[in-house]
Amino acid sequence: MFSFKKSSVDISKFSIFLILVFFIIVSSFLNPNFLSSGNIINILRQLAVPVLLSFGAMMLVISGMIDLSAGSVLALAGVLSVSSYKITGSLAVAVVVGLAVGVFANLINALMVVEFKVPAFIATLAMQMVARGAALHYTGGQNILQIGSYTVFGQGHIGPIPISVIIMTAVTGIIYYIMKHTKLGRSMYAIGGNEEAAIASGINVKKNKYLTYMINGLLVGAAGILFMSRVNAGLSNGAIGYEMEGLTATIVGGTSFSGGAGSTFGTLIGALIIGVLNNIMNLTSVNTYIQQIVKGTIIAVAVVWDIKSKRGGRKTTRKIRGEKNPEQSVEG
Amino acid sequence: MRGKVKLKVSGIEKSFPGVKALDSVHFEVKEGTVHALCGENGAGKSTLMKIINGIHRQDAGDIHIDGEKVAINHPQHAQQLGIAMIAQELNFVPELTVEENLFLGRLPGSSARVDWKQVRKSTIELLERENLPFKPTQLMKTLSISEIQQLEILKALSIDAQIIIMDEPTSSISNKEVETLFQKIEQLRNQGRSIIYISHKLDEIFRIADEVTILRDGTVVGSYPIEEMDEENIIRLMVGRKLDNVYPKEAVAVGQTIFEVKDFTSEGEFKGITFNVKRGEIVGFAGLVGSGRTEVMRALFGLDPHTSGSVYLKEQEININHPRDAIAAGIGMITEDRKRSGIVPVRSIKENGSLASLEKFFTGGRLQWKKEEETNRDYFEKMDVKAPSLETLIQTLSGGNQQKVILAKWMMREPDLLIMDEPTRGIDVGNKFAIYQLMQQIAREGKAILIVSSELPELLGMCDRIYVMNQGTITGELKREAFDQEVIMKYATM
Repeated sequence: MFSFKKSSVDISKFSIFLILVFFIIVSSFLNPNFLSSGNIINILRQLAVPVLLSFGAMMLVISGMIDLSAGSVLALAGVLSVSSYKITGSLAVAVVVGLAVGVFANLINALMVVEFKVPAFIATLAMQMVARGAALHYTGGQNILQIGSYTVFGQGHIGPIPISVIIMTAVTGIIYYIMKHTKLGRSMYAIGGNEEAAIASGINVKKNKYLTYMINGLLVGAAGILFMSRVNAGLSNGAIGYEMEGLTATIVGGTSFSGGAGSTFGTLIGALIIGVLNNIMNLTSVNTYIQQIVKGTIIAVAVVWDIKSKRGGRKTTRKIRGEKNPEQSVEG
Repeated sequence: MRGKVKLKVSGIEKSFPGVKALDSVHFEVKEGTVHALCGENGAGKSTLMKIINGIHRQDAGDIHIDGEKVAINHPQHAQQLGIAMIAQELNFVPELTVEENLFLGRLPGSSARVDWKQVRKSTIELLERENLPFKPTQLMKTLSISEIQQLEILKALSIDAQIIIMDEPTSSISNKEVETLFQKIEQLRNQGRSIIYISHKLDEIFRIADEVTILRDGTVVGSYPIEEMDEENIIRLMVGRKLDNVYPKEAVAVGQTIFEVKDFTSEGEFKGITFNVKRGEIVGFAGLVGSGRTEVMRALFGLDPHTSGSVYLKEQEININHPRDAIAAGIGMITEDRKRSGIVPVRSIKENGSLASLEKFFTGGRLQWKKEEETNRDYFEKMDVKAPSLETLIQTLSGGNQQKVILAKWMMREPDLLIMDEPTRGIDVGNKFAIYQLMQQIAREGKAILIVSSELPELLGMCDRIYVMNQGTITGELKREAFDQEVIMKYATM
């Protein structure tokens, strides 16, 4: 008999949240300044760029794709945006240029993946080189300085709240809505979970892949604007390796690397964990080399703990057939 | 030699979160016998076999081999105890050679160096002894499913397994290959080995089994010598009720032609396919494996391309190049391979159910989640899908329940024509019956069904008309009054 019961609260869904709470508690003991409002706002401001990137990474990984070009495209979008501001003096033009560059680069990513069937890993690796090269060539390897009121995105405030934090919060809401409440979001899960079944169910897989890359492009472009604005320059060699920050956050947050599972909430928590970790190590003046070792270790431990608490939830590629199987994975 | 108990399990309990999979299971397998294990999907057969094979640990209960208590905690340990399992989904690495596959996980030699000479020698010995025509260096991907199965049996023999578990070994091999397999099973039994044989095909069980154990809902209903049983009894014990008629066929008023195909051709696959389906009809496609039935259906649904021909639905010509075209026109399809193109394993039954009707649930730019839940719940309740909740991942359900969810997915869409390719493959009697009833219901609503099946009795039982295919063309058409197994076989081979 099919019985529908109100699902009891599944503690494993929150395991990653508990890890974050644990880190916050430990951090607040390690340094009393940690919980000061100034420091919290600082953490959130630093998180804006990685959070935007991690949402793009999340949507692509859920759909069974990836973007290794995020860091480079971020730099290209950023320097072109800064430069267009210096030429026109218009913030609106600068924003449009930044977002357009991000979208355009990802349109090419999507074209390679969808039309020419190039594996996303390779296609976006190529874009990583092209975009970085283009950024360096455009600036002649120099940094664009004196960017004037362009800094408003990354450094401005509305009341006590940084504009970048407001943007991050708004984007989080939009991404949550897309994943949970739109056909596009639902299709991403289906495509990443089983592309053939999605096709055979009438889902427009091509269109959805294009859309996913283009949303990623918007996020990368926005991250480029925030990044340049925060560092107060157009850095053509900035944000190297940032695509990994985005991927790490979403994987720590429970997104399945084999596609089909992951959540906005989890990804946000994943990014917060990494942000808190960076912050507390800076506050306690941990040597930067040691910081890397600690970060890597803690990420590994957090993910293992998360997997254990979900009882193999990430082994989603396992072939299961026939009888009941206990494997469950967290999604949503 | 017969009569001595080789394997004995007693009081086995196993729970998974939310499910008691096995409850004080007791059964015995005697030496030199074929012991059939029957039960519906989800009855606990696979869980039990996984425990015996060391993949799962039981929560309680004992396993005895040759009267000695053993604690099997790993598949390799099971191998050492002489237990081999030939899985339904054969596991192999396509790029490996026959000899590499045969000794995978137990290559001879030191840890620094594999003794490939020894591998070659042992492989040739084994192949010769069993009279198998493979070369040691042949790649696995060049072998057919039946050949890989023979190799799996060889692997079992190479570790001198005394207990061999076969899980639905005939589900994807031809009738001729089944004969070869049965001969092999006879031979293994005569060597004094014990075979545990899992199958949904009762006629097979009556052919080769000595004893049968029936599982239902995680408990053993009973173990019987095969002579004491008949098909009806086994079904009754499996489903816990009597099924009066295996095929719930009823007369439905046949209406206008709803679907018409003319000269449908795909170069090299099939040609000149012309047929029609009327409202209220269930039309079957019979033929041998490779006759082109599946290819026609896939092309009609837009999964594969076609080169020429015209298709009409409700007297309107439709142009199908993609499943989206077919679905938009009012066609649904349950594909042959549920795992490959049916389910999205890591998503919930609700999301799988909604997958073909997203525009129905995402209206005004957002998800109408209440409508989605209610619609899915309605369908799952009506179809008696066994699952703890709407959020249950579809991969955790049994094959029969997965298939019901897929069927619900299409019924939700309310297509005018539903194409079903092997809709009951690997599904137990109880769920089969439920699927037949649903087919009947679709026909009653004035819609139409096209069904491809390799089980002729199923077509004979459920169809109003049958088209027979051979080598890519339709070679015959029979009305229900004229159904005749022999005539169909004649058309299928002419």
